[in-house]
Amino acid sequence: MSKKYIPTIGIECHVQLCTKTKLFSEVDNDARLKEPNTCVSPVDYALPGMLPRLNREAVSYAVRAGLALNSHINLESRFDRKHYFYPDLPKGYQITQMYQPIIGAGYVELPDGTRVGIEHAHLEEDAGKLSHESSYSLVDLNRAGTPLVEIVSDPDIHSAAHARDYAKELWRLMTYAGVTFGDLYNGNMRFDVNVSIAEEGAKELGTRAEVKNLNSFRSVERAVEYEIKRQTKLLEKGKKVIQETRGWSDATGETTSQRSKEVAADYRYMPEPDVPPIRLDERVVEAERAKIPKMPADYRQEFSQILGADTLEILLDYQSLIEKLDELGDHAAVKKIANLFSSVLLAEENASLLNDELPTKDQLLTLVEMNTKNELSSTATKEVFLKFFDPEMHFKDTRTIAKELGVIQENDLGALEAIVDAVLAKDETKQAQADYRAGQEKVLGFLVGQVMKESRGKANPSAVQEILRTELK
Amino acid sequence: MKTASKEITAMSLVKAALEKAHQHQDEYHIFTFLNDANAIKKAAEIDEKIKNGQPVGRLAGVPYALKDNFLSPEGETTASAHILEGFTSPITATAVKKLEEEGAIMIGRTNLDAFAHGSSTENSYFGPTKNSKDLTRVAGGSSGGSAVAVALDIVEFATGTDTGGSIRQPASFNGVYGLKPTYGTVSRYGVVAMASSTDCVGFFAKDPADLDLLMQITSGQDANDLTTLPDFYNSDTSGFDDPVKKIGIVKDFDNDAVAPAVRKALQDKIAELKANGHEIVELSMPALKYALAAYYIIVPAEVASNLSRHDGIRYGFRSEDAGSLQDLYGHTRNEGFMPENKRRIMIGNFVLSSGFYDAYYLKAAKARTLIIEEYDQAFEKCDFILTPVSPNPAFKLGEKVDDPVAMYLEDMMSVSLNLAGVPGLAIPVGQTEDGLDLGLQLVGPRRSDAALLKFAAEMGRQSSSGSTADDADIMGGND
Repeated sequence: MSKKYIPTIGIECHVQLCTKTKLFSEVDNDARLKEPNTCVSPVDYALPGMLPRLNREAVSYAVRAGLALNSHINLESRFDRKHYFYPDLPKGYQITQMYQPIIGAGYVELPDGTRVGIEHAHLEEDAGKLSHESSYSLVDLNRAGTPLVEIVSDPDIHSAAHARDYAKELWRLMTYAGVTFGDLYNGNMRFDVNVSIAEEGAKELGTRAEVKNLNSFRSVERAVEYEIKRQTKLLEKGKKVIQETRGWSDATGETTSQRSKEVAADYRYMPEPDVPPIRLDERVVEAERAKIPKMPADYRQEFSQILGADTLEILLDYQSLIEKLDELGDHAAVKKIANLFSSVLLAEENASLLNDELPTKDQLLTLVEMNTKNELSSTATKEVFLKFFDPEMHFKDTRTIAKELGVIQENDLGALEAIVDAVLAKDETKQAQADYRAGQEKVLGFLVGQVMKESRGKANPSAVQEILRTELK
Repeated sequence: MKTASKEITAMSLVKAALEKAHQHQDEYHIFTFLNDANAIKKAAEIDEKIKNGQPVGRLAGVPYALKDNFLSPEGETTASAHILEGFTSPITATAVKKLEEEGAIMIGRTNLDAFAHGSSTENSYFGPTKNSKDLTRVAGGSSGGSAVAVALDIVEFATGTDTGGSIRQPASFNGVYGLKPTYGTVSRYGVVAMASSTDCVGFFAKDPADLDLLMQITSGQDANDLTTLPDFYNSDTSGFDDPVKKIGIVKDFDNDAVAPAVRKALQDKIAELKANGHEIVELSMPALKYALAAYYIIVPAEVASNLSRHDGIRYGFRSEDAGSLQDLYGHTRNEGFMPENKRRIMIGNFVLSSGFYDAYYLKAAKARTLIIEEYDQAFEKCDFILTPVSPNPAFKLGEKVDDPVAMYLEDMMSVSLNLAGVPGLAIPVGQTEDGLDLGLQLVGPRRSDAALLKFAAEMGRQSSSGSTADDADIMGGND
């Protein structure tokens, strides 16, 4: 008889803001493709006598991030110093917001409607990066001072799948709001998950372990899964879970102990005396609110009657696609184009097309119209759709592309009848005609094929079928 | 201030200053670096400009001494600390930049207590600076070198920093004026930080009018220092122009802890002020007795934090004796910091550590608020406050250096100004029977710096023992 354990998960997420310059200095904040230690100012390097300058753009981005989290924005917030010694932290302290964060309580709504509370989120600076060699370590300070928003969730998550959904939804919210590049591979968003388990019905949460520095949704899900299993096993054996920080290995699929909280550093927080409190004008908040585009929750509400949940969730990963659908307006068109997006554009072999400019609203609406009027078969529709991404074709209108491809279907009944007659007059179809009349339904396909061949593919097959049925009665 | 002109060349001013500096250096140990080559070169440049009729600044060719905690590429910036030995700054501090733009010429960097921790300059890694009147006594500190450089007439002005009295106390120990401005008046950018919330850049000079000019030049909001105040410094003090002043006297400071000579100097000055028609207001400021305790919690906390960057990784001294990262940090900081630095780092880390923060740091922050309020209330009753700078005149070298509490007590009257952010000016008021300099401090409300200087100039004029002769045009130079 095994007891039932309920997992409880809280997630901290560090989001690197895509501001032009760093949080407290005026050097380039985009270190992608840059040589190590080339985006570093004397402030980031912590030269003696250097003082932080506050980047107002980072403050605005933080406000916008907060609004995307449905959070209360604190019009007054303050910075604090968090001390520890490590070569990636030149000042010996990180400037963060311990006591009065800029972003207050809010929530994130997951695709299934579950709400995860946001405890708070704060603005802080990132540390540099170390690479450990055999007998020495290298320090790269390009990232030191990059503005981060750290989003701290309430312990509202109770499954690995929801942990993953939450991480992904955060990624969508932050990228939709345009405050981060959202490049997970390059560490633009990093997740720390706190996992504990407790017996069902227990009043208090169990002891938690924190798994740090997860940089994919999959690893968030797997790490939580692993922790739930590990902790359940411990409890079932009558052992205790230790409060500690653990690391995750994608290769082994396991978490391993890094350091125990009992001997963890005392960060000796104190108010940052070099940066006065941030005092926001309500107008700044409103200006940022105006910059928030339609968010995933808006699209879910809008498209839930038109699109299947699976298709919708896939498309929500691509803000540009969902925005394009939204632009179309017409429900039927949305449905057709959504299918093209998910089945053609998002097919693995077409992955590179996502970097290209999307077709215009007119191109897409005409495509839908031609398809609806049977001027384009479904195959031809896909063919034309792909040409929207062809550098030689993408600027042309849909009909021109279809014409040039020669894929417009013949729908004119008179013309089709003439072709059908010509085919039926041929000797090689006589046997089939006889068979059909004798009741062999199947041979109709052969005859349709012959007509299509005669029309060089332009005939509308369903119209041809109708004519054949009538003629062969 | 004597500036270069067609008649007096910058070269002659600079050479005279350098000559005196070299002459006194062995005996007094004033400088950590003498800037001969650069200074001579700059003097020549200014003379060339004057010769060609080109415009020169308000401090053209004026030699000055720079406390060695201001960053500039001329000479190493060591803050008199072993751990910064070998550090040459690529950056020039805002204050230095403004002085040099006006043509001032730095002839040397002056000695200080390492990282400005101390009240005697004895905590310098390079050894103490001697008092200008008595070689067996301390120069005061932490800006001891700067005070002595001005007292010995090597330069007409020197820069200082004042975190708890580091300008006013050495000024009073050496008979010169020393101004600690309102917090945030002069940019701290490029000044090796001691305690961010109390550090102030200020100056030493023999004439309040010179201090006024220096404030006109160096004050002002700086985008590189978010704690600088919007520009306010203005020599036009018409708002303060009522010639009769109400002078507050803090009775809480009148006790046996203050040396008789200092008490007498204060009493004499009060009598003189009365005789000159000023009104004396007795103030009770009970919160000030917490100032020293609050100061020695808040300041070490900020000190510990600000000194964290000295880790041997990126610049300055690095211990050779380190096999691991922990050893590198431990040994570098152990060998690189002076005992007083370490003491403050340990106190600071202790008061910030979890479980003690509320009991110490937070309580000290509350005491600070009370002190600020008490000053605000005091200045509703008076224009300025007059107190001793420190309880004693210059003490003997070695007398207190091993007794940190006795040393900290030297700061009991100076630190409250830094906690409150109000300006204070040390004014020379004569000497003891043994010939030691005595000073008092004149304290004003925030942003009253210019009025403070103007009143000090008037006091100097009205005083029978007044120091300056031709100060009729005392606030001259403003335009």
